[in-house]
Amino acid sequence: MRIEADLDLCQGHAMCEMEAPGVFSVPRKGKVTVAEPAPPQSQRAAVEAAVRFCPTQALRLVED
Amino acid sequence: MTLLEPRLVSGGAADGHLEELRHDPIALMRRVRDECGDVGRFDLAGRPVILLSGADANEYFFRAPDEDLDQAGAYPFMTPIFGEGVVFDASPERRREALHNQALRGDMMRGHAQTIADEVGRMVAGWGAEGEIDLLDWFAELTIYTSSACLIGAKFRNQLDRRFAELYHDLERGTDALAFVDPYAPIESFRRRDQARTALVALVGRIMAGRAAAGPPARGDRDLLDVLMSIRNTGGAEVFSADEITGMFISMMFAGHHTSSGTAAWTLIELLRNPACLAGVVAELDGRYAGGADVSFEALREIPRLESAVKEALRLHPPLILLLRAATRELEVLGHRIRADALVGATPAISNRIAADFPEPDAFRPERYAEPRQEDLVNRWTWIPFGAGRHRCVGANFAMIQLKAIFSVLLRDWSFELAQPPGSYRNDHSKMVVQLARPCVVRYRRRGDAEAAA
Repeated sequence: MRIEADLDLCQGHAMCEMEAPGVFSVPRKGKVTVAEPAPPQSQRAAVEAAVRFCPTQALRLVED
Repeated sequence: MTLLEPRLVSGGAADGHLEELRHDPIALMRRVRDECGDVGRFDLAGRPVILLSGADANEYFFRAPDEDLDQAGAYPFMTPIFGEGVVFDASPERRREALHNQALRGDMMRGHAQTIADEVGRMVAGWGAEGEIDLLDWFAELTIYTSSACLIGAKFRNQLDRRFAELYHDLERGTDALAFVDPYAPIESFRRRDQARTALVALVGRIMAGRAAAGPPARGDRDLLDVLMSIRNTGGAEVFSADEITGMFISMMFAGHHTSSGTAAWTLIELLRNPACLAGVVAELDGRYAGGADVSFEALREIPRLESAVKEALRLHPPLILLLRAATRELEVLGHRIRADALVGATPAISNRIAADFPEPDAFRPERYAEPRQEDLVNRWTWIPFGAGRHRCVGANFAMIQLKAIFSVLLRDWSFELAQPPGSYRNDHSKMVVQLARPCVVRYRRRGDAEAAA
């Protein structure tokens, strides 16, 4: 699995960082950085929650 | 390739379609889509407005950079409200970002949910066992308290009463589309707008004078007003006047006020028009709160039936019916030419009801948001009550949490019924800021009593 972030849409709410702290980071001023674009399966539930709760639907989970 | 000129919609007079926009904007915009398709045109006193709808045109609109489609200058009716000549140290975009960073980040939301629940509690504290409320007044006052408490601070909020809400309402009523021709035209709603702003500056000025007399507050007891008052220039003088601070507060609160107020009212109206849906939402909330759970915790979690009802109220009654930008140069959308002097609009009121995307477009059907339909996510460029893309409402997350907190408290302790024929609740579209038209009354009754009587 692979994470895609649409930076046109990200507004830096940092909900993803709260759901999956190791995978996403959002600076105090700015947009999301995907620290781990291809996270391990053990992170799947957290990443799915991050995608789901993104207020701007800026994240997508792509299955390779 | 030759670009097409967007087709001009029928109707209009010497001032183009200004009069129709001032009185029945939804009919005008619907006709644009019916006659012209995804890209059409109406005119405002000599200036073309290119009106977009449908997924492709909306995606163009919402992804366009500010260098092409600019928000500044697209809303001339806001200038006299925020204050002309008020010197801000940052562009609107930077101020929006600052507001977002300090008050709207995910980690602030739990505190906001508790604040909002407390504010609802204060508003219902004066209710008897049963009575009536005017939805426009009631939710407008509540959301003045919630937005001031969450964005500026509890201390400032506690220095406000309903007078602030009444003045703020006059500002919102001062958004006649005539401002596209002259924001200072001699009409009653503009006069009241300017009087209200003057009165708000005086009100904030009195609060500031009181604080100045009391001396500097302890560090932990400072709200945004204290912070702004403490900023001094190198000579030691205060940087911001009462007029400037009032302008900042008005603009911070503006986007979240009439929008949340109207959405709360329409959610309640639609639930009362659809009793089966209401019963489902009440049962859902009763289940959540049966064990004494905290609103500050539950409002941040998914409450699917309530959220779907809110989303459907937003789809049918979007608080902003026309989003505008000013073209900065000649542009092209779906093979059509946009002139360099044009305004470009997207319309939640029309896009939200496109039948191909939203079956039974005029019906209240909250089930359309449940899996697998999820019509809000599937139609990301046409389900646009919050806009979309780069300029999507930065407060959308806060708004949803606010609405969940409000209804968690209201529906837990109170039952409601319509006090008028169901079809008589409607919006007043005579101003760019859409509000409920009066009368808009509902009855409330304390829940134990209502159920005992039933």
